[in-house]
Amino acid sequence: MNFIIGILFSLVVVGIFVLIPWVGVWAFDLRYLFGIIVPYAAVATFIVGIIIRVLGWARSPSPFRIPTTAGQQKSLPWIKQNKIDNPSGTIGVIIRMALEILLFRSLFRNMSLEFRGGAKLAYEWEKWLWIAALAFHYSFLVVLLRHLRFFTEPIPAFVRWIEKLDGLFEIGIAPFAGFAAPGILISGFILIAALTYLFLRRLYISQTRYISLPADYFPLFLIIGIAATGILMRHMGVFMQFIFKVDWFSVQVVNVKELAMGLVTFNPKIPEGIGTIFFIHLFLVSTLIAYFPFSKLVHMAGIFLSPTRNLANNSRTVRHINPWDYPVHVHSYDEYEDEFREKMVEAGLPVEKMPESQTEDGSGTQEEAEKE
Amino acid sequence: MYDGWKIIPGLIIFLILLLFPLWNQAFHPGKAGITPNPELTETAKNAEKCIEPKPFMKTQHMKMLDEWRNEVVRDAERYYKSSEGKEYYKSLQITCLECHSNKSKFCDQCHNYMGVDPFCWDCHIEPKENE
Repeated sequence: MNFIIGILFSLVVVGIFVLIPWVGVWAFDLRYLFGIIVPYAAVATFIVGIIIRVLGWARSPSPFRIPTTAGQQKSLPWIKQNKIDNPSGTIGVIIRMALEILLFRSLFRNMSLEFRGGAKLAYEWEKWLWIAALAFHYSFLVVLLRHLRFFTEPIPAFVRWIEKLDGLFEIGIAPFAGFAAPGILISGFILIAALTYLFLRRLYISQTRYISLPADYFPLFLIIGIAATGILMRHMGVFMQFIFKVDWFSVQVVNVKELAMGLVTFNPKIPEGIGTIFFIHLFLVSTLIAYFPFSKLVHMAGIFLSPTRNLANNSRTVRHINPWDYPVHVHSYDEYEDEFREKMVEAGLPVEKMPESQTEDGSGTQEEAEKE
Repeated sequence: MYDGWKIIPGLIIFLILLLFPLWNQAFHPGKAGITPNPELTETAKNAEKCIEPKPFMKTQHMKMLDEWRNEVVRDAERYYKSSEGKEYYKSLQITCLECHSNKSKFCDQCHNYMGVDPFCWDCHIEPKENE
């Protein structure tokens, strides 16, 4: 697919997902639908979808151990084993999985490969993908955990610590009115920056551009939309009021928490004073949650089942029985020959065991066959 | 199913973590329904309105204070002209606290509810409240 079509398609879809709650709340006042029914439905879809997805994977037989990993496997005692990259036991596997899940080790190994000056192939150190992926995933996690302040009462201490740490870089003098109050939380901005980089990288490198599909662009744009609406609500309300004299981005955050607590305690109600922008934010989040199990985003669950990472390389010490073994009807050569021996002899084909009459003669198979 | 004894517990742990807000509230019964109720002092009630309309003050007071700080400290602009055209002296302690002197029953109500820790009192003296 042409990448421009892919990008346009994803942009239009995200645009539609912005317009649906916008029109729905602003024109038709469907607050109950977008504030309560859609989030519940999204979370239910997510939970059921993830369970079905993971159980589906669990039903597929796990393949044999894949020893093609970057490290020396367990061998003779005087050959040093790489216990993390090529583990032979559970502890090594746990360390390898933890490094992969928490630090994205396979992305760290990423190298760029290109032709330099004609036919000369050059490999180059390339860590930007790894850095941007780490920045994106961890800032998204921090943003997610920060939002627990809306879903808990009293707010647990760890949520407040995270927010404190996130707001470490207090900006005294803001670029424009009211930007720095309430305090700047760095994770939201890192999130947008990392996503922008990941999108531009996809476009800039011709190979990734070639293999990119709307399914790759759509989640990027969707999460950018979520982060952007969040930042608009937090930082841009007063700016819009002072400069453009409109109250589009102001949200009464206490009422938002009332809504969230209502959802959590299954006692949902829609408080007043929540602007349309919040419903756009919530609808985009609901879209992301519901889309999760059906898309590439489900690598969150899938990474735990990556066979090159979670299987110890012990093929030489443990016998692995084919897990999908079932009784196969076999027709061994002996049975085959028993069935066709007469005909084989007639056709002059060599047989392992001569028919009774001929073996007694003790003469050669070929000659006997020719005489008959 | 293969490796179900690892995968099923993993899924269950994931769901328990995911649904943290649901079971967390069971440890704090009755807290979920409590919503902040900032009380106005008599002075505030008599004044009838704040320097700007209530919805604006609810969402933008922190930005206004932040701006006031910068304007007063950096530019020595001491007076704020409200949207109604009335002038106010830009001061947390003199203007705001004149009416809203009940920090624990006014400011803290929403701030605690939302887990907000404003840095006003890093420099300003907290109002002494007479119980």
